[in-house]
Amino acid sequence: MAGIPHDHYEPKSDGEKWLHKRLPILGLAYDTLMIPTPKNLNWMWIWGIVLTFCLALMIITGVVMVMHYTPHVDHAFDSVEHIMRDVNGGWAIRYIHMNGASLFFIAVYAHIFRGLYYGSYKAPREITWIIGMLIYLAMMGTAFMGYVLPWGQMSFWGATVITGLFGAIPGVGPIIQEWLLGGPAVDNATLNRFFSLHYLLPFVIVGLVAVHIWAFHTTGNNNPTGVEVRRKSKAEANKDTVPFWPYFVIKDLFALVVILVGFFAIVGFMPNYLGHPDNYIEANALATPAHIVPEWYFLPFYAILRAITFDILFLDAKFLGVLAMFGSIAVMALAPWLDTSPVRSGRYRPLFKKAFWILGVVFFILMWCGAQNPDLVLIGMTADGHMMKMELPHAGDEMSFFTINVARFSLWATIYWFAYFLVILPLLGMIEKTDEVPETIEADFDSHYPPKA
Amino acid sequence: MIKKTLLTALIALGMSFGTGAAFAAGGETHVEDFDFSFEGPFGKFDENQLQRGLKVYTEVCAACHGLRQVAFRTLADEGGPHLPEDQMKAYSAEFEVFDKELDDTRSAKPSDKFPGSALENAPDLSMMAKARAGFHGPHGLGINQVIYGMGGPEYIASILTGYTGKEKEEAGATLYENTAFPGGWIAMAPPLEDEQVEFDDGHANDLDHMSEDVSAFLMWTAEPKMMARKKLGLLAVLFLSFFSVLLYLTNKKIWAPVKRKD
Repeated sequence: MAGIPHDHYEPKSDGEKWLHKRLPILGLAYDTLMIPTPKNLNWMWIWGIVLTFCLALMIITGVVMVMHYTPHVDHAFDSVEHIMRDVNGGWAIRYIHMNGASLFFIAVYAHIFRGLYYGSYKAPREITWIIGMLIYLAMMGTAFMGYVLPWGQMSFWGATVITGLFGAIPGVGPIIQEWLLGGPAVDNATLNRFFSLHYLLPFVIVGLVAVHIWAFHTTGNNNPTGVEVRRKSKAEANKDTVPFWPYFVIKDLFALVVILVGFFAIVGFMPNYLGHPDNYIEANALATPAHIVPEWYFLPFYAILRAITFDILFLDAKFLGVLAMFGSIAVMALAPWLDTSPVRSGRYRPLFKKAFWILGVVFFILMWCGAQNPDLVLIGMTADGHMMKMELPHAGDEMSFFTINVARFSLWATIYWFAYFLVILPLLGMIEKTDEVPETIEADFDSHYPPKA
Repeated sequence: MIKKTLLTALIALGMSFGTGAAFAAGGETHVEDFDFSFEGPFGKFDENQLQRGLKVYTEVCAACHGLRQVAFRTLADEGGPHLPEDQMKAYSAEFEVFDKELDDTRSAKPSDKFPGSALENAPDLSMMAKARAGFHGPHGLGINQVIYGMGGPEYIASILTGYTGKEKEEAGATLYENTAFPGGWIAMAPPLEDEQVEFDDGHANDLDHMSEDVSAFLMWTAEPKMMARKKLGLLAVLFLSFFSVLLYLTNKKIWAPVKRKD
């Protein structure tokens, strides 16, 4: 199916011929598995397989848990404990599912930042990128709703806060919020619809993944040089590529297994490290946790949400925060059209590289900010001249203008996030003097692995 | 309802000056890093300690608190207190539970669960060791949790040993100063004191030892499959490490001709 010339499936036996005439499914499998793949792919190209594995892992463990889970406010919490205590191997399935979400997001962030660095989003791979962003959004929705199902304190209050965001939309907000919740507040109706959608969305993701793979199998993979595979003849293409099987299947499997060593160390030895203790307390509408924080993978966007602390004209801060949060993902999705550089890979773009690594640091800064109290003073001074460092102001403390607290720090990071996509990417393409790009993938490969004399 | 719920959520979200924030910022509370036998990848529950903890729970904690997630039969489980079958049955028979079908109370069977809390403001202890975290930070980086663990049982033991003896009246209730409790003042009166519970084998029964014992027991009630979990972790890590070596060598061999290393 790729535009890269390669050997196609030829049915040999009578049985294969019989099937091929009626349903070319073996041909599809063959072409998918044997797709010519640039031979210079580095270790950042392993995440696709890790993600596919995660999706399968989550669906399988999830389907098993549904057999034992009860989606009802009176029973959900206890039924999860029933899985942990009474179901054979239930604790393992539950911990794998719980931490599998984290592995899934680690992999998706690595995958996205790989794409951002090597310009994988650029023409002709815009559709692959957009589908990828849709998958990412669907993953966030699925993860959020999944976190509500154990019906712990963070489940309940997280759901309250996040659905409350929609209530901040002027005019229609409260109607949308009530529609999402199925009532005036998070309750049994909310739990039931979240359960239904948490089961449905993964299969939507499966469909989107198929399209994602279809799209980049049509354009061919990007690679660290960003140089396209030569496709004038089969002989030429063969110099730039190797078939996916076995070269990259085995390489990716190796990487996957190494990652799983770390994953199972967490599942086995510290399965609650990435979770929040409050979620082991059953949901209680009358007791608000002291500190409502989402799971780590939402923190960067949660920080963006809270970074806006001021109203602009008739728009209030809360709604602006919501706009900023969704906007931060929207601008990322628009990267193919915002990046004006003729050079695809960041490897040959000295200025871009700097801007990119700052973006990486900003991402982690936002992640950290998302978990902190927005009022925490990093460094600053009260109005009466008292210096503060890494501490919370006391009630009634008047802070001077020269105070950097978490909210303001998040705001700067948020501004950089938007500037990267809306200003830096468009401008750099016009002013940047790029390094020399290799002629072919083969030339790049040969420079690492010189041919024998 | 929704307005109120949202408001409280937003207050907690935006401007919590409360206990959690002070706690997260590494405030005044102190949680001691007790050395439990079940820590680390090779750590194991000490059956004797869990049995002592069960006794402390039964004689002291159970007066107010419950363990509604824990079935009596699991007291006989391997990887737990591992009571002999007959002792477990005799133990469960000492409890009265309500039977819906009889519409009356009867003595508990092994398949029944511990009763819930007797006092409304005494939280259920089944999962307390996972619902509290003793260690944080520094500065929200999560490094201490890796080094010391989540600190659930340490938190419980620190609460039990953290009373300073000071009391104060607030809104008609007596509060007790406690160095481990967020905010510093706890509603629970000091529940445990030296030599309050006697152990059959004459094991040390000072406050520190008993606090550790009951905390270990509550870790087991919160995570009854911990031994199986660590075993799975160890086996998986060993097997996958070995498998990754095989895959590494396979990969190297496959690529050798392409990379001209053959």
